[in-house]
Amino acid sequence: MSNAVTAPRAKVEEKLFQNRYLVDAGRPHIKVRPHDVPSASLLAMITLCPAGCYTTTESGQVEVAADGCLECGTCRIVTRKTGEIEWNYPRGGFGVLYKFG
Amino acid sequence: MIEEKFDAIVVGAGPSGNAAAYTMAREGLNVLQIERGEYSGSKNVQGAILYADALEKIIPDFREDAPLERHVIEQRMWMMDDKSHTGAHYRSEDFNEEKPNRYTILRAQFDKWFSSKVREAGALVLFETTVTELVKDLSGQVIGVRTDRQGSPIMANVVILAEGVNGLVGQRSGLRDEVSPDSVALAVKEMHFLPRETIEARFNLTGNEGVVIEAMGTITRGMTGTGFLYTNEESISVGIGCIVSDFAESDVTPNELLEAFKNHPSIKPLLAGSECKEYAAHLIPEGGYRAIPRLTGPGWIVVGDAGQFVNAVHREGSNLAMTTGRVAAETVVALTRKREPMTAAALKDYEKRLEQTFVMKDLKKYQGIPALLHARKGAFFGAYPRLVSQAMQTWFRVDGTDKKSKEQAIYRNFRETRTLWGMLGDAFNLVRAWR
Repeated sequence: MSNAVTAPRAKVEEKLFQNRYLVDAGRPHIKVRPHDVPSASLLAMITLCPAGCYTTTESGQVEVAADGCLECGTCRIVTRKTGEIEWNYPRGGFGVLYKFG
Repeated sequence: MIEEKFDAIVVGAGPSGNAAAYTMAREGLNVLQIERGEYSGSKNVQGAILYADALEKIIPDFREDAPLERHVIEQRMWMMDDKSHTGAHYRSEDFNEEKPNRYTILRAQFDKWFSSKVREAGALVLFETTVTELVKDLSGQVIGVRTDRQGSPIMANVVILAEGVNGLVGQRSGLRDEVSPDSVALAVKEMHFLPRETIEARFNLTGNEGVVIEAMGTITRGMTGTGFLYTNEESISVGIGCIVSDFAESDVTPNELLEAFKNHPSIKPLLAGSECKEYAAHLIPEGGYRAIPRLTGPGWIVVGDAGQFVNAVHREGSNLAMTTGRVAAETVVALTRKREPMTAAALKDYEKRLEQTFVMKDLKKYQGIPALLHARKGAFFGAYPRLVSQAMQTWFRVDGTDKKSKEQAIYRNFRETRTLWGMLGDAFNLVRAWR
């Protein structure tokens, strides 16, 4: 792997490649509920998610791709009042597997 | 799947859950521990510093085979602005003692070791199993758990919830409120590998000696938070964290903040040439005493991060986790021996016992600090670090200006940034919250 220190602003996607995951294919543990206009809290997740899992669609809705999720739970806490996210732990054994933690 | 009824079920296999399960199993209780990860530690993230005292009270001879990285002989506390740090360092040969006080650890390895001790003590541990809900009887007494595995619920006299900061089981069962974004920090961390000789030369270390750097200042861009850098045997843990509600209002991503910290001129040379092998993120409960939820009820007890047991001022957490786990277990052992039912009133004894430990005493002592640092974050994480750096530079730069004029320039700079009353008020509030 390249030296992250000499490459300023290393992209988060590249960092996630260092991690181990066991993806539960077809059973994402985080879902964004269907919506027309996302709340400020949900929109904040686009910059706040440490794994960069949240993006916006062309029509302005927020989407999640949870394969690289670090299971921190930030999105669950930030949207706890709007209820726009359905958040569960991955099924036992699936998800991120920290080698060092 | 499991027909028998257990004396206790422990949800989670981090430091608090392992401490609880080990303590009960060693005392002969019939214990089931349930962990969603592939192994204990696979979902757990910490800086990480191990405080020997809390573990010694559970496994006195842990040093014989626990995977420890380095014992800490030097603490560096840095106040940083964009180009500088003003540091207070404490290093002592006294820390090179027979039984060192603090160690750096890698949680995935340490937790795996602790978990092996839990199983040796006789507990049954189910991995790759997520507890989905508590089972209650008609009176509201918790009598067991359901998991994501097929089969009927698993029954026990008491359930110890060691489920971490995102304790879904307790929250969904209505035992406690959802965590508030202003009482948790989001921290991101990387593991940087270097040859051990390089680490020892770079940090002036011999053998297994280690250094801890805790940093605050403009590195968090006015948000309430801290950065850290810890030396492990052949790696360096580097990370930064800020209160979630601050992060939510900011445009900077956690990854950008970490990159900027790593590229700070005071940090960059320490990491030069290293290879990053993991990027992790985790929430840290930082609300302190005032954020502690209800800790006991009929048939249930909360320990560790799920109970917000973190001393944010001193960056301590795992020792509070292990201690609350141990004390909860001792409470359950005593009730089990007396054949007393695990009623809400009986389990209150856990809270009484905790009051006598450093856990509650420390959290009470600092109960005003989290709110103060958050309310005055612009000053504590922006203005003051800049002022201190400017003062240091004025003082140390020899440029023909006389010292009296330099003193006046430093004083003027402080006064122009903050009113005298503002500074006195911050100092007064900080001292008052600290006492």
